[in-house]
Amino acid sequence: MQPTSKIHKRGNLKFILGGGLILVAIVYLIFSSTQANAQYFMTVDELKARGSAAVGQSVRVSGAVDGSTITYDPKAMTLAFEVAQVPGDNATVAAEGGLAAVLHAAVIDPQRARLPEVYNGPKPDLLKNEAQAIMTGRMSQDGVFYADELLLKCPTKYQDAVPSQAAK
Amino acid sequence: MVAIFGYGVLWVSFLLALFSASAAVYGYFRKEDRWVESARRAVILTFPLVTLATYLLIYLLVTGHYEIKYVYDVASNEMPLYLRVTALWGGQEGSLLFWSWLMSAFAYGAMLHEWERDREFLPWVEAVTAITLAFFLSLSLAFENPFARWWSTSSGQVAAMIRPLGAIPLPTPPDGAGLNPLLRHPGMIIHPPMLYMGFVGFVIPFAFAIAALVTGRTDDRWIRLTRRWTLWAWLFLTCGLVLGMWWAYDVLGWGGYWSWDPVEIAALMPWLVATPFLHTVMIQEKRGMFKQLNMVLIILTYLLVIFGTFLTRSGVLSSVHAFAESGIGPMFFIFIGITLVASFALLIHRWKDLKSETALASTSMFSREALFLLAALLFAGILIVCFWGILFPLISEIITNQKITVGPPFYKRAVGPLFGILLLLMGVAPLSAWTYGNLKTIGRSAWKPAIPAALVPLVLIADGQRNLFALSGFSLIAFVICVTLYEFGRGILARGRSMGENPFVALWNLVSRNRRRYGGYIIHLSIAIIGLAVIGIELFQTTTQQSLAAGQSMQIDGYTLRFDSLAQFTYVDNRIVTRAVMSVFRNGQYLGQLYPRYDLFMDGQPMTIPAIRSTLTDDLYVVLVNWEGISAAQAPFKVYHNPLVSWLWLGSFVLIFGTLVAAWPDAEPVVAPVIVRSVYQTSAAD
Repeated sequence: MQPTSKIHKRGNLKFILGGGLILVAIVYLIFSSTQANAQYFMTVDELKARGSAAVGQSVRVSGAVDGSTITYDPKAMTLAFEVAQVPGDNATVAAEGGLAAVLHAAVIDPQRARLPEVYNGPKPDLLKNEAQAIMTGRMSQDGVFYADELLLKCPTKYQDAVPSQAAK
Repeated sequence: MVAIFGYGVLWVSFLLALFSASAAVYGYFRKEDRWVESARRAVILTFPLVTLATYLLIYLLVTGHYEIKYVYDVASNEMPLYLRVTALWGGQEGSLLFWSWLMSAFAYGAMLHEWERDREFLPWVEAVTAITLAFFLSLSLAFENPFARWWSTSSGQVAAMIRPLGAIPLPTPPDGAGLNPLLRHPGMIIHPPMLYMGFVGFVIPFAFAIAALVTGRTDDRWIRLTRRWTLWAWLFLTCGLVLGMWWAYDVLGWGGYWSWDPVEIAALMPWLVATPFLHTVMIQEKRGMFKQLNMVLIILTYLLVIFGTFLTRSGVLSSVHAFAESGIGPMFFIFIGITLVASFALLIHRWKDLKSETALASTSMFSREALFLLAALLFAGILIVCFWGILFPLISEIITNQKITVGPPFYKRAVGPLFGILLLLMGVAPLSAWTYGNLKTIGRSAWKPAIPAALVPLVLIADGQRNLFALSGFSLIAFVICVTLYEFGRGILARGRSMGENPFVALWNLVSRNRRRYGGYIIHLSIAIIGLAVIGIELFQTTTQQSLAAGQSMQIDGYTLRFDSLAQFTYVDNRIVTRAVMSVFRNGQYLGQLYPRYDLFMDGQPMTIPAIRSTLTDDLYVVLVNWEGISAAQAPFKVYHNPLVSWLWLGSFVLIFGTLVAAWPDAEPVVAPVIVRSVYQTSAAD
């Protein structure tokens, strides 16, 4: 019995060591990748509050698109528009009457903080007045947000829209 | 009327499922088989009932009953019949009902099993499938009722309900909102059912696993019984994932097929656990090892299936896929929590019974067992990366009050090396020996296939390729392909020598005698092929964008695209199509025309349809960028050059073929079971 249990101990040890080594490698991969690629998710207000500290950081910011500010140069494919502050968490959005209502309120309110955006690329289908824009990019010195990636959500096209006949 | 009937049928099914679960558990503890049998019949009966409810919803969709909220949301007059039928899973309420229907169908299939030999499993298979079914039906009944219609309530509000007191029904709208045009694509029409069949399919092996844990019959019987279920579920899940990629590539117009969207990850996670499970069960069957691990893996698969459904259904994560927010989030959360605690409590209770028959310590580090374990560990690593990526924003928000997300670069960086090692393992493990395998024995069998594989990087370097990731990736892929072909060749030669068979007969006999093994090799081959596409798009994709006037050209990677003309016309369903004609040249040679399109639907929904020129070496992917001012004088184009992408779709066909080889039912002799049954019946009659 003695020798086998010794072999077992040694056998187990090599598996524990090997497995441990791999686990350490996985943990290292996750942490280093997180550090290299973390993006701060902010509202327009939060981004503005950070001021110059935010310049150059990879940030994800969301806001309501103000349709009257959209300009697009199709030759150079430069798209510029402004987004207005909308609350970041779902609970507040729900409390204020849903995404569509929140976006509408944000765009018509002149007091809301606004952020000018510049995006280089084709103008997406969904970029319209009162769409929710989620942009990934960097803040520059001049207060303009340069987006590398632009995601859009139009609440009107999602479900739960009451049919027009029923809304009357 | 039809709607109320359908809703009633759902209630009856729900109550039957509840009865079945209770009767099964009661019958098990009281040891009264008639209760268990009664539960079995109840489960069987839910199938026609849920089928009827599903049929009624399809009927409402096809006949355009727009007073029903769900029908209004996903159907419209101009939609053809097949789209109205498939609109069943076009929205939240319908797809939940569809989930329940699949669950009842699969539970029905499991109930038809020849139960005599495995009678002790029956009550728990009944209970688990019935509880899962009841849970999903309860979501339809309480939160996401597909049969709700529009009412004007007594307080003057408009609401979708079944029949509120004192409310006045609103008149039926003449037309519905219709299915989002982005979803009207063959890939998107079969993607959800495939994915769901994969999801629901894993409930059956999980149910048997729980049955094994409760009854203490913890040998590999539950695995043998569910082997085919697992393989088919895995096949459907894989097909579902690939179809989703195809749809994204073909329709969304951003040049790729996988964006590490949380919902994509949610569908991937069960696959990441099911795949090592397919491997480690073989070790349990052959060597009686990894019993605990296999239990953990199948429980995790089930939980991740529910979690995946939850992520897409609850709106907890903002993503392009998320359905509108709904009240079912907490329900899912509670269900997952209870299942998690109950399953792991059971597992811990049986932990000692699940001890390996062979100690892992007595095997060497490079034995096949150890390599399979290593593969499982790597899959777990990828799963943790995915989990971390999804949960990190929530965790960081709790700790720092600042939401921090990680994007695709995070996943690529963290997952890339792990998939690389998995590729290497796919090459090495088939050559490793059981128990005593070591580096020497592996080296002895690996050097032959390694020689042709080593030529690949040499040729690539001579060709000017200096990207280290690409070189190592292509080498690994070449190694896997060579090893797999070598394994086939070795088997054919051996048969030729010992049986005197010609190579074709030998190949046929080789595969048909051991379909799981050689089917598995074909799947390995397909993964290597898919790897080509992943390397192609991840490392060599290029893109450019430019505005062109008719007659002008743009260049990308040696291709010249000339914008010839622009046409605008109205299609049969009244959408306005803007279509550009582009001529493609390479080195001055004319290759053909491409027609990128921009469609504007009646309701103002735009849709960009990329034009794709696909060859085995590369894809040209052209998007006509949409802006009010698309004209012959100025049309903006975005062009992607995607090397090797076709291999993703080709590899998927190989994968399907390989899985079919492994999973196709055996033509088992029917004589034996018949004799067994008659013996049982006579003894029962005595």
